[in-house]
Amino acid sequence: MRPPSACSARGCAHQRPSAAPLTPPRPSRSALAQRRAAPSLPALIATHRAGAAPALPANRGRRAFLGPCGAEPGAAVMAAAMRRLLRAGGRRGAALVVAAGGARSQTLRLIYTTTAAWKKNVAASGPEKYTEAFIKKQIEEFNLGKRHLANMMGEDPETFTQEDIDRAIAYLFPSGLFDKRARPMMKHPTEIFPEQRKIQWGEDGRPFHFLFYTGKQSYYSLMHDTYEKLLNVQKHQDQMAAQDLPPQKEKKNLVGSRWLTKTELEEMLLEKLSDDDYSRFIQLLQKLVTSPCGNIEENYIKKFSREISAQLQKVVIEPLKHDDRGVAFSTGEGERKTSRATVIVYDNGTGKITVNGIDVLHYFPVLQDREQLLFPFQFLDRVGKHDMVCTVSGGGRSSQAGAIRLASAKALRSFVTEKEVEFMRQAGLLTVDPRVKERKKPGQEGARRKFTWKKR
Amino acid sequence: MAVPRILRAAAPRLYSSLPAPVPAPAPAPAARSPGPGADDRLLTEPLSQPDFFNVKELFSLKDLFNARVHLGHKKGCRHRFMEPYIFGCRLDQDIIDLDQTMDHLQLALNFTAHIAYRKGIILFVSRNRQFCHLIESTAQECGEYAHTRYWQGGLLTNAPIQFGSGVRLPDLLIFLSSLNNVFEPHVAIRDAAKMNIPTVGVVDTNCNPCLITYPIPGNDDSPTAMELYCKLFKMTIIRAKDYRKQREVFHELQSKAEGN
Repeated sequence: MRPPSACSARGCAHQRPSAAPLTPPRPSRSALAQRRAAPSLPALIATHRAGAAPALPANRGRRAFLGPCGAEPGAAVMAAAMRRLLRAGGRRGAALVVAAGGARSQTLRLIYTTTAAWKKNVAASGPEKYTEAFIKKQIEEFNLGKRHLANMMGEDPETFTQEDIDRAIAYLFPSGLFDKRARPMMKHPTEIFPEQRKIQWGEDGRPFHFLFYTGKQSYYSLMHDTYEKLLNVQKHQDQMAAQDLPPQKEKKNLVGSRWLTKTELEEMLLEKLSDDDYSRFIQLLQKLVTSPCGNIEENYIKKFSREISAQLQKVVIEPLKHDDRGVAFSTGEGERKTSRATVIVYDNGTGKITVNGIDVLHYFPVLQDREQLLFPFQFLDRVGKHDMVCTVSGGGRSSQAGAIRLASAKALRSFVTEKEVEFMRQAGLLTVDPRVKERKKPGQEGARRKFTWKKR
Repeated sequence: MAVPRILRAAAPRLYSSLPAPVPAPAPAPAARSPGPGADDRLLTEPLSQPDFFNVKELFSLKDLFNARVHLGHKKGCRHRFMEPYIFGCRLDQDIIDLDQTMDHLQLALNFTAHIAYRKGIILFVSRNRQFCHLIESTAQECGEYAHTRYWQGGLLTNAPIQFGSGVRLPDLLIFLSSLNNVFEPHVAIRDAAKMNIPTVGVVDTNCNPCLITYPIPGNDDSPTAMELYCKLFKMTIIRAKDYRKQREVFHELQSKAEGN
């Protein structure tokens, strides 16, 4: 007799002489159907006959085997034979073994399928989708776990906040991992599972949204609604024209507002958009806004516009302070490269300048630096009218001089009219010099200097 | 023996991983299915007469004429396969034979009504920007679906990948304009034919009526004509759905009475 392992790949109903009388097996399409419905689970065997043992999911879905069938001798023999069959028939295809028949008689039918039929197409399945029921279950588990955690930590479950949870988890599961996102965390499921589209159709297969088959239902639904508003506006306009009423001249001021950005719109719609789609939508909104009776739909338009916060911060010039001698003074801070300077400029002075407690002639022996210090006063024709006390640190001589210059110019703003402040600004006295030392790059000798080029 | 049901026959073409339909009654959200016997009666009852839903009364030749359905394009734009449907040509403009249109329209509306009665998914397709909003509103009002936007290539042929596995494809496509923006036949006509989905389409004198199951020769450019078509389709679908609800309630009451 041919050994069972040599059965052909076509898969034939294998009958052993010692087996119980055969009954025609019921075609259990449900087994195949279940496999298709749950592609991640290994092939299951569904047996509908009473008495047949339910199948156990086997190693990674490669092959399915029937577990211990029962105490009947015939069944045990069948099971043993099948196990031998499966171990021996180690081909690419999975062998789905369907057991059918009554409690006494069991027939085994070998059905071969290819991996393509049951292997999950990971690339094509897209991002993992979660059903609503799954998310709900996760939320319930989270709440339950939160209470358990509170009990464990000896705290009140009712007033256990997210910060408490984080602290508790950090205490119970200390982790040395650097990346915070890799450490154990316990957060509300809505924060963990990304907000995404749930299944878009009901039990009968009918999609919920009437534009489902377009592929971008939220976006096109938005376009549909916006166009409807536009039609409303045009109808209103026609009515006003028919009644010979003048169209409303008040236009909504668009200066302080901006439209939603593409990413914001994508977040709102939970859908990916192309640039073209986005620009079309904005054009439609513009048309709606600029049409004469567009004020009717203001509420609708407001949903898609955002306020721009004040861009220019008005620079406040501090008023003059007076020290105990009654002399007016003002302070200023300046920086240049790595130097930081603070300066106090006194009124009714003689042009005496002290830097870090040292006289300027000794601190800055070079004429160039002293000229830098002089420039703001020279510009304002106030040479010799002010005294200056400076503290400066960091940098070299030139940058310290530049820092003090900026600081003194800032301080002088308090002594001077607004027009002159504007002149100073235009002269560049009030602008921080952004130039810093450029970093050295690898493969080059310096920031720009390359290594000597050698022909060979 | 199971009566050939349109939806069940169409089921094998769904490349979805829905379990093969077990012979239970059609998916009823109100899970009070009347039972297999009543289900058969529900589905065979409208098949007893040729015009069961009496769609003929919804339109007349005068209505079609007033809505300018008979006006075709110029002689130069004429499609060869539309010649049988053209009555004649006046001052270079083709005139569509409204008698033929009446017959075709009746067949198409009857078919739509049957599909709607059997709870099929109906998809309105058109690429005419002028009537995009009208068609989408019509679809929304009768509880069906519309696609008047850019047609993504694999919508019907690659649906499980694009929408997710288990998606149900439309059971009928209604083309209110069978050309796209470049005056070529809409891709959906060919795709529906590939996927064995029946189509109903309004074909103008410059269109190709070949792959459309129920062509309706008529004007697809005038606003009046489009409004007429939308109105007719909406009325048939709503009528068929109401009738279905009526029959389901009736059968349910009957089975309850029998049960008692």
